Amino acid sequence: MSEQLSRRRFFALAAAAAGAVIQDTVQAGRVYDPQRAGRAQAPITSADNDARIQAIEKKLRCSCGCGLDIYTCRTTDFQCTYSPALHQDVLRLAGQGKTAQQILDEFVKQYGQVALMSPPREGFNLAGYFLPGVAIVVAAFFLLRTLRRWTREAEGAAPAPATLPPNATPEELERLRRELDRLPG
Amino acid sequence: MSLLGHLSLWLAFLVGLWGAITGFVGGAQHRPDLQQSARNATFALFGALLVAVISLEIAIFRHDFSLQYVAGRTSRNLPTFYLWSALYSGQEGSLLFWAAVLSLFGALTQLFTSRRHRAYLPYVAAITSLVATFFVSVMLFAPANPFQRAAFTPLDGSGMNPQLQNPGMVFHPPMLYLGYISITIPFAFAMAALLTKKLDADWLVAVRKWTIVSWLFLSIGLLIGMWWAYVELGWGGYWAWDPVENAALLPWLVMTAFLHSVMVQEKRGMLKKWNLALVLGAWLLSIFGTFLTRSGVIASVHSFTQSPVGYFFLAFLVVAAIACAIVYIKRLPLLEAESTLESVVSREASFLFNNLLLIGLAFSVLWGTLYPIISEWVQGVKVTYGPPTFNFVNIPLGLVLLFLTGIGPLIAWRRASTTNLRRQFAVPVTVGVFMLLILLVAGMRELGALLAFSIGAFVFGTVFQEFARGARARHRQYGESTGFAVLQLLSRNRRRYGGYIVHIAIVLLFVGFAGMAFKTETEATLRPGESAELRGSDGHLYTFTHLGISQYNALNRQVTAALLDVRRDGKDIGRLRTEKRQHVDALGNPTFEPSTEVGIMSGLRVDLYVVLAGLVNGTEQAVFRFTINPLVWWVWFGGFVLVIGGLIVLWPGGVVVAVKGSKASPAQAGYAVKLEAER
Repeated sequence: MSEQLSRRRFFALAAAAAGAVIQDTVQAGRVYDPQRAGRAQAPITSADNDARIQAIEKKLRCSCGCGLDIYTCRTTDFQCTYSPALHQDVLRLAGQGKTAQQILDEFVKQYGQVALMSPPREGFNLAGYFLPGVAIVVAAFFLLRTLRRWTREAEGAAPAPATLPPNATPEELERLRRELDRLPG
Repeated sequence: MSLLGHLSLWLAFLVGLWGAITGFVGGAQHRPDLQQSARNATFALFGALLVAVISLEIAIFRHDFSLQYVAGRTSRNLPTFYLWSALYSGQEGSLLFWAAVLSLFGALTQLFTSRRHRAYLPYVAAITSLVATFFVSVMLFAPANPFQRAAFTPLDGSGMNPQLQNPGMVFHPPMLYLGYISITIPFAFAMAALLTKKLDADWLVAVRKWTIVSWLFLSIGLLIGMWWAYVELGWGGYWAWDPVENAALLPWLVMTAFLHSVMVQEKRGMLKKWNLALVLGAWLLSIFGTFLTRSGVIASVHSFTQSPVGYFFLAFLVVAAIACAIVYIKRLPLLEAESTLESVVSREASFLFNNLLLIGLAFSVLWGTLYPIISEWVQGVKVTYGPPTFNFVNIPLGLVLLFLTGIGPLIAWRRASTTNLRRQFAVPVTVGVFMLLILLVAGMRELGALLAFSIGAFVFGTVFQEFARGARARHRQYGESTGFAVLQLLSRNRRRYGGYIVHIAIVLLFVGFAGMAFKTETEATLRPGESAELRGSDGHLYTFTHLGISQYNALNRQVTAALLDVRRDGKDIGRLRTEKRQHVDALGNPTFEPSTEVGIMSGLRVDLYVVLAGLVNGTEQAVFRFTINPLVWWVWFGGFVLVIGGLIVLWPGGVVVAVKGSKASPAQAGYAVKLEAER
């Protein structure tokens, strides 16, 4: 008996449902031509706005070819049918209690490494991350060495200091030195 | 008209070939008759391509759908504004536009190059004609002919992609093309200098001006492209490291490096080999970027469709690179430096490190762009090198580069003394450290943003110090007021102080970029009257209330618009409208999938950015994405300042800076006068 609805409870629920329908009709009436507004959208759920889900989706690439991550694609290209489906996959896996890394691994297992917005930092991919930086550091090292060599050569090849111009007084030379120091560059 | 256009292309092809041959032969054999013929050919080439452009525009405006290009890119109800841009909105038309503008630049170079650079002109005519002819040949043989007839003439065209129907897209491609195309002129002068063996400082003057022109156009093109992406694509950002964006950034970085290192050559007669390599490299990268954009070799949201055009560009790139390398290597003995570096602590050395960073950054961007292909070759695995990876690799490099932007102007030429360094660095470093402390005390913990703001303050300090010292010196010398002295500084030394303004612009851009670290966003489903709240990084609570949906027809689209009331901390600050647009042809048939128009309320601190995702069950209940983007306004303002700075640098007049090895330095003479005046 406890599982059966009482008559009063039944009417209360029915009235609430009718009220909700009326509310919908009054506050969210049908538009003239829904087709013009593109694909119909499902109402946003709390899971859609979940920061953890968003963080995972920002690491996964949408497979529609847009080059965007799943989160950006599903919140930008509203005609895309891939990103909403991939979003549901993420939600499903999260609902199974999987961690973020496990969800990423699932996607890699299913779609390959191309599913990740960043290649895993291992093996040859380390070159993808660090080659430019290492190349710049190595080039800077050699540049510095070359510059030092040039300056040493310049010092070695420098002519003997020119004799002071006979008409320059020590005061003038001091003023020249001060002025040179004042020059910004 | 299409026949006339087609014939004009053939005429341009033949004239261009003639110009190239007579230019090279006339230059090599010193034959004035052939040189004159090459010069005339550049004008004839421009004339022929102008006729082709006008023919295509007339076909577009007359809705001549017997042409494939017109039928595939326009429709009868396309607004006139966008009919103009239809010329370059597709592969074939943009190739024609490219060739025509290049021929215009080629003709202008022949007309306005000063007498002392005349020796280069036959080769410049040959090279510009050759490159333009290559573009014409792609149209004729690839095939990518804008005058290709359709199998049948439809009643109406397919219309223009809705995302291209934005003012940004009317100006972005031509500006970018102008930047790309004009790189050919400094390249042509550099090649002419190599071929004529006239590698003194004279070629630099001609090249530098044209490089600034290219750099400025490319900057404007990149900035308008960023603005377009922000207002049109709806993802809430302006730079996604897309291969096509990267392709435009590469020559920009290389040209920026050149514009710095060229000063070392001018002042000290050093880095000749390096500077020539940079000019040649920038041009080759522009062709490489064109190849990337048009081949479809790398997936991009806004590249042209995959077509055989890419193979033409690849072949051209390889041949051009080999030709450049041969000529360059043969002339290396003529490119020895006139002086040597005196100290590692000098402006010359700082410019070298600046160049290292800029070229390193260009390499990094290129590496990231090509990495998916490289990975597939090397490890047989397809990977994605997305924005998170680009940011990880390039943000530190960008911050170091920003730091060097500040250091360069502080270090003296030749050799900086310890006293000089202390005096120069004291104020800017204090400003930078002060900014860092303020931000830390204010609770900011985002490392990238902390560094960007602090280094930005340091660079701002250096520029402020330079202006203040210059103005103070003028005030002492001539009794000018501060404002007038600053104007005089800008007017008399446009390159130096215009350059500093560009540095300020770079700081503003970095400040804007750093702001994106504090972006907040949420999605919500709202019935009319319902609200969503979102707190921005500026500390304010923004409330968006859905007022309702309206549907109406516009010229070439059916619009579904959502209106939202916006409040900040409960106070009304205005309304936002975001739309879904279904574009239709003149018969009312849908032409593309519905597109989204973003609602943006822009402010100095934050931008409110609202996107209508769609409707629930065809009712007024709508799904929205709300984003609060901090400091985006500063990106556009920074871009504006950058263009102003670039224009000041470019503007003719001011004090002529003598180039090492050509004349006595007026700067030295001026200095002597100053000393004399103080006696």
